[in-house]
Amino acid sequence: MAFDEKTEGFNVVGTRPDRPDGIDKVTGRASYGADASKAGMLHGAILRSPHAHAVIKSINLDKALALKGVKGVVTRADFAEGLTGENWNVLENVMAGEKALYDGHAVAAVAATSQLIARDALKLIEVDYEPIPHVTDVDKAMQPDAPVIREGQASKAVPAGMHPNVVDYHESGHGDVEAGFAEADLVMERTFTTEATHQGYIEPHACLATLGGDGRGELWCCTQGHWNVQKICAALVGIEQSALRVTASEIGGGFGGKTAVFIEPVALALSRKTNRPVKIAMPRADVFKATGPTASTSMDVKIGLKKDGTMTAAWGEFRSQGGAFPGSPFSFTAMCAFAPYALENVKQIGYDVMTNRPKQAAYRAPGSPMAAFAVESLLDEMCNQMGLDPLEVRLKNASKQGTKASFGPTWDRIGLVECLEAAKEHSHYAAPVPEGAGRGISCGFWFNHGGETSVTLAMSEDGTAQLMLGTPDIGGSRASMAMMAAEELGIPYEHVRATVADTATLGYNEVSHGSRVTYASGLATIEAARDTVKKLCARAAAKWGIDEDAVVWRDGCAVPSGPNAGDFDPLPIGQICRKMGATGGPIVGHYEATPEGAGVSFAVHIVDATVDRETGATSVDRYTVIQDAGKAIHPDYVEGQYQGGAAQGIGWALNEEYIYGEDGRLQNAGFLDYRIPVASDLPMIDTVIVEVPNPGHPYGVRGVGETSICPPLAAIANAVSNAAGVRMKDLPMRPSRILDALDG
Amino acid sequence: MIQVSTTINGDEHQFVCDPRETLLDVLRDRLGLTGAKEGCGTGDCGACTVEIGGRPVCSCLMLGAEAEGKEITTVEGIADGEDLHPLQVNFIKHAALQCGICTPGILVATKALLEENPNPTETEVRYWLAGNLCRCTGYDKIIRAVMETAAEMRENA
Ligand code: FES
Ligand code: FES
Repeated sequence: MAFDEKTEGFNVVGTRPDRPDGIDKVTGRASYGADASKAGMLHGAILRSPHAHAVIKSINLDKALALKGVKGVVTRADFAEGLTGENWNVLENVMAGEKALYDGHAVAAVAATSQLIARDALKLIEVDYEPIPHVTDVDKAMQPDAPVIREGQASKAVPAGMHPNVVDYHESGHGDVEAGFAEADLVMERTFTTEATHQGYIEPHACLATLGGDGRGELWCCTQGHWNVQKICAALVGIEQSALRVTASEIGGGFGGKTAVFIEPVALALSRKTNRPVKIAMPRADVFKATGPTASTSMDVKIGLKKDGTMTAAWGEFRSQGGAFPGSPFSFTAMCAFAPYALENVKQIGYDVMTNRPKQAAYRAPGSPMAAFAVESLLDEMCNQMGLDPLEVRLKNASKQGTKASFGPTWDRIGLVECLEAAKEHSHYAAPVPEGAGRGISCGFWFNHGGETSVTLAMSEDGTAQLMLGTPDIGGSRASMAMMAAEELGIPYEHVRATVADTATLGYNEVSHGSRVTYASGLATIEAARDTVKKLCARAAAKWGIDEDAVVWRDGCAVPSGPNAGDFDPLPIGQICRKMGATGGPIVGHYEATPEGAGVSFAVHIVDATVDRETGATSVDRYTVIQDAGKAIHPDYVEGQYQGGAAQGIGWALNEEYIYGEDGRLQNAGFLDYRIPVASDLPMIDTVIVEVPNPGHPYGVRGVGETSICPPLAAIANAVSNAAGVRMKDLPMRPSRILDALDG
Repeated sequence: MIQVSTTINGDEHQFVCDPRETLLDVLRDRLGLTGAKEGCGTGDCGACTVEIGGRPVCSCLMLGAEAEGKEITTVEGIADGEDLHPLQVNFIKHAALQCGICTPGILVATKALLEENPNPTETEVRYWLAGNLCRCTGYDKIIRAVMETAAEMRENA
């Protein structure tokens, strides 16, 4: 596929118009997952295991069913049988079979006439559990004596002799790392750990389901990808995909956590059982216990550095647990680790490990932030020891176009050097480190993604356009898409109405993940608009009686391509559309593809932090994000992604963690004890948008959503370590840990 | 069931509710006012914030029955007809929302702040909003929108 490269001369792209859903969202009109209701609707509630690992010997529903207002109960027996692969994993996670695999694992669900009755009924369900030994720590789960979560899950890649909890293995790299280490003036190896964190979207999962005995259903839910929901739910409740129409509600945050299904199949099963619409809104404690979180990791990294700052070799082993199922982002952790650097000798190994924790879900650049934490922390320590400038060392070793990446490919046009140069020139880096503070920098890398995409653009008779997208708008993407359509059509941004279509009205679209929306849906929008323009030009050509090739599109009008084409006045879009019924019928453009040119992106973060030596508390005093966007369509929302990723990273670095007790139960399933950053915790977050165009997008767009969470863990750890004078190697750097390190 | 009379966004409302139902449940499930959101149900996120007697309150921490005789403002009642409140205008203009789920609570809370303190410092705004979680924005653009609104409202006062 050939793409043009239009990086300048835009009318709409690069401006900052109001988002089309703005008024709905500031007036309370926007309808999110839990905001829909239907006549005769029941409320669903889910009973969850209080044990980390237990055999479910029996479930007695009699008393619950006898409660007035209870209309139905479902257990595993109410779902499809004979599933395999990931469908089986998802079903097993959504409703336990023979064993409860973690604290919070669903075992039964009730539908009742009110939420209060449904929750009362849960207390009447009698489950006979036989608790068995559990393990929640990644390193312990790999030990020979660790309890086995489930036999026979390991992929062929896993080396022989490993514990059955090790279910997958990754190895990549090139060169000879031992020879590389031998060339270095300093070789250092360190071990780092990170705890699991939750995506922490403020909107709990919620859905409203209707499913009849004929196998036809409707589902409304907050999701990052409704076709994916359709596909999985259809399999889990045993109906045909097209029989289930899924509508994506407005979505109150996802960050990867709403790419998976949790309650939707349960609501469908309850609806089928009761023959009534069923709504489920997850309580926040359940969100913590049974959705998300990200993986926790334990990592060994080793780097060789010459006196002049050249990295001679790098090696890493990354152990990652993703809960009681295969699927932690272990290979991404390994692949992202050394991606920023041009290395002749590099090797990375990853292990995917099962534990008695909830099934992990994607979280913004899954796996990458942890890797950056380990690698960039070690690099900082080595620079300190050798008296090297950490930014210069990164610049010296930075990956660029033509570099063979640590995990295999050769880089196309990338913007890491430009980001590092921008960091060097930034007033933040130029300013002296304030008295008592520490400064940290870090690079970060994310792949970005394309994926299946389908967009339709239909002209209205008044010359305005309706743009149908299939990627839920998670942070302003309808604005960006409308801008790109307006740019191509040459009409005002306000004349494009962008809508997220349901599964029955548009072709398949992959989930809004992988920072793919502005790239892939954007590309498809541009192509759909160009398809529309072609059809508009054809109508003008027919009217003028000239060749279609002799008509071009300029500023929202069809015009003859030159003096030889004929002498006709420009024909505005409104005039063409007004007559479309009589000149050939509706004018609709569309585009369907799986674009594969998502350009990778890099970022550099700079942090100043101070540490209170009495309390161990960290204050983030100044923060700067520098990231390559390729091309910023709507700069406000690009900056927003940069700031949001940084804030989540600050939480991950300093406060957020899943805390498990000896009993394997989650001890902090609420926002009070799982503390995400609040307004008073943070400074303003300065942003610099670097634009190194992505050759794989017509305007040069790269995804921006995820890379912003890759550098903060390390950047803050470096700032804190430099402020405290001790190296922090375990996240989060909660006050008690900092005090221990200072006492150390 | 308890019978309750109350005023919401200037309109009189009567409803019956279970003694255990929260004001948030009543607003959303019985009155169809779904602007206030449930992010936690335990007073930790502020998404359910409504204004009662000039003070921001977590409606998930108050019982529906306690609304008897109260004057309540929700996000649905902030605009004056088609005229948006300056905070609403500036939240859109400054891109102070991404997903927008925290926005109703933050708007209600900041409106109460500006009524009490028309000239807050950045730090005051940050502490006032410390009970309103936003996971998307990093708060930067929210704080800017609030400061800008405060300045504008002072000018127009
Ligand atoms: S829902 Fe009331 S504070 Fe979170
Ligand atoms: S905009 Fe999403 S939580 Fe604030």
